Amino acid sequence: MPPGAVSWTFTDDDAHAISGAVQGFLRETGARSALLVDRAGQLVATVGEVPAFDAVAFASLTAADFSANDQLARLIGERDFTTLFHQGERESMYLADVARRVILVVLFDNRTTLGLVRLKLRGVVDTLAARFERVFERSPAPPPNAAPGAVAPAAVPSGQPHTPPTAPLPPFLSDLLAGADDEIDRLFS
Amino acid sequence: MSMVNYASREINCKIVYYGPGLGGKTTNLEYVYEQVSPTTRGKLISLATENERTLFFDFLPVDLGTIRGFRTRFHLYTVPGQVYYNASRRLILRGVDGVVFVADSQADRHEANVESMQNLYDNLSEHGYDLTKLPFVVQYNKRDLPDAACVRELDQVLNPGWEVTDPARQRRAENPFRPGEALVERLPTGEWWERAPTFEAVASSGSGVFDTLKAVSKLVVRAIG
Repeated sequence: MPPGAVSWTFTDDDAHAISGAVQGFLRETGARSALLVDRAGQLVATVGEVPAFDAVAFASLTAADFSANDQLARLIGERDFTTLFHQGERESMYLADVARRVILVVLFDNRTTLGLVRLKLRGVVDTLAARFERVFERSPAPPPNAAPGAVAPAAVPSGQPHTPPTAPLPPFLSDLLAGADDEIDRLFS
Repeated sequence: MSMVNYASREINCKIVYYGPGLGGKTTNLEYVYEQVSPTTRGKLISLATENERTLFFDFLPVDLGTIRGFRTRFHLYTVPGQVYYNASRRLILRGVDGVVFVADSQADRHEANVESMQNLYDNLSEHGYDLTKLPFVVQYNKRDLPDAACVRELDQVLNPGWEVTDPARQRRAENPFRPGEALVERLPTGEWWERAPTFEAVASSGSGVFDTLKAVSKLVVRAIG
């Protein structure tokens, strides 16, 4: 699959299953809300209280936070940090890796405790991981690694064979093409 | 790595502005932020140092609108251009759908441009991406400066092109952004050759900023389909 092709899709069934699991977790812990963010910084779902902040910006910063901490983990000889905790005076957040592709962010205040959130988190992360694995399985495989040490086209053209998309696309995506160029011209004119 | 969310009926795509330090990547995003209606764009998030050099990234979400009932959103990112922030640059490329390389046209930035282009290719390779297969455009910025190199020289260094080996793509392809020119063509030596679309810009005044963004956006949407 070439980068740029759809790498995963998220259906209504996925949304219901994930929302159900996270709602159960929020009830058990008393946490306010939870967000699911993919590792590229895109917001996948919000469950519980609707956030009063800019959730799109929040998702982008969450992914950056998690990625930066991954690198810190490697510097000290760890593979990664699977959870992160940020404590505030009133609001705190707990971040957990889900299947290495998604981040679960739990927002909670002093109506619950870090211990309870941490205790119940493992169960919901396992449930979500199982669901997301199914999502990824039906999505195209990630692209094969390019040759290490490859040279930029600016210096030497790569001339590698072109790899066509491997998975069929939802029918609406090809329809999307018809109007997209005009939409882009209107938006940026 | 675009994401199609059928539940919230959204398509999200990630576009990264790459290039040498002080080349104008953040200026591109700031101009877009100023010009696009507040109803169609989100906050401009800048993780910068006290002297306004990008430390981690700038981020600007822009809504394309609703197409066939799906809200389509572009997430625009810049990377820090300074050489020693490479770990940050590599992280931002994760899940990228399209790349804009913002080159500094000034003659004395020649080496910085080349180094940054090589760095882009290397960092993409580490994520398993090949720049020649990604939606990719090159912007020659700072065209207003007196010591700007000519476009032909910049092309030779930063956009020499690459061979097209897939037989299905070995046919002349017009440059949709510059009528009369080809992006894929057959060389006199017989090879089929492809180049990235290029745009001249003066990002500080906005010239060329939207031409660049429109082009990479269209290429990204076509890649999804």
